[in-house]
Amino acid sequence: MSVSQALLGILARGPAHGYDLKQEHDERFPGSKTLAFGQVYSTLSRLQRDGFVEVAEVASGSGPEKTVYAITDDGRRHLADWLNQTEPAGPYPADELVRKTVTALYVGADAADFLSRQRSAHFARMRELVADQTEQHEPAARIALDHAIAHLDADLTWLETAAARVSTAGEVK
Amino acid sequence: MMTTLLATTAIEKSFARTQALRGVSLDIADGETVAITGPSGAGKSTLMHCLAGIVRPEAGAVTYDGRRLDDMGEDARTRLRRREFGLVLQFGQLVPELTAEQNVALPLLLERHSRSEARNAARTWLDRLGVGEVADAVPGELSGGEAQRVAVARALVTGPRVIFTDEPTGSLDTVAGEQVLDVLFGAAGERSATVVLVTHDNRVAAHADREVVLVDGKAETDPVVAA
Repeated sequence: MSVSQALLGILARGPAHGYDLKQEHDERFPGSKTLAFGQVYSTLSRLQRDGFVEVAEVASGSGPEKTVYAITDDGRRHLADWLNQTEPAGPYPADELVRKTVTALYVGADAADFLSRQRSAHFARMRELVADQTEQHEPAARIALDHAIAHLDADLTWLETAAARVSTAGEVK
Repeated sequence: MMTTLLATTAIEKSFARTQALRGVSLDIADGETVAITGPSGAGKSTLMHCLAGIVRPEAGAVTYDGRRLDDMGEDARTRLRRREFGLVLQFGQLVPELTAEQNVALPLLLERHSRSEARNAARTWLDRLGVGEVADAVPGELSGGEAQRVAVARALVTGPRVIFTDEPTGSLDTVAGEQVLDVLFGAAGERSATVVLVTHDNRVAAHADREVVLVDGKAETDPVVAA
């Protein structure tokens, strides 16, 4: 699970509290699911247990207490190791889109309609990402967008191919 | 409410035994950017050629700025294309014997601008597109990305109201393709020019405000105009 390492990567630039970590994560990784606060705090507590982060400060003002976290030396070593390793090229879990389309075909539901609506949704997202990309000149942000766009493009190609196959072959009997 | 600049009404066009367009109706607003997409052979390029007054449909009407384009004589259409339209095709289609600068200056010379004026405008556009250094090279000496940027410069040099482009990034890698699109859409946006873009590439199509999907010669257009 690379959320831990992604958070360590943010903390490597300086101490931060949970809210900032979530915001920064979501900004850095536009193609990923946004982090839930619960996930941020459970990840931080695991990282703290493993000695990769420590509490730098507990700020108490008029609002709720804010715990500020900092990366430890062990945390920096762990991050460096992770950055040094390549990731397996697969296999990946079956995608939700594949599961839904294949199931629709098996049960005789309107797969063509689903594929067409799904393509519109994917294309709308592609338009958003391309607009973000045009605004963005920072290499790190652009690289993250490239990845999201390339995967979205692969999904769009798959959706179009699936729609073409469904229209030529009809439903699976 | 935006005004319609370009429109087709139930246009049909066949080639030999293939019917490329089977009654396509489409309105394009002034300043809008539209991507025409769809599978190979769906009639995308034919639709663009009808809109640009390059091809006449057999049935239906094409209007530009309130004028019937399909009824216009050849001379009038040629003048209109030179003055108001800019065209960028997949492989640049530069004149091989002319330098990059001469290629870009050509549309202005055809419109009887002075040599120095045409030359200065060509230099300015080549510089803006980041290919000023290759102004004296002939197309055979240019990389794919350079040639395509020169072609974009040539299309933009006359300050066209509509830019037509067919697979403008077709032969380019992702980064070079993006640069061409950034410049194309950036220049169009600055002057509120209309863009009609033919592509099979979703990444390219996503640059446009609206997508029109052609399937078997019919427009299955998503009528929603992006905000």
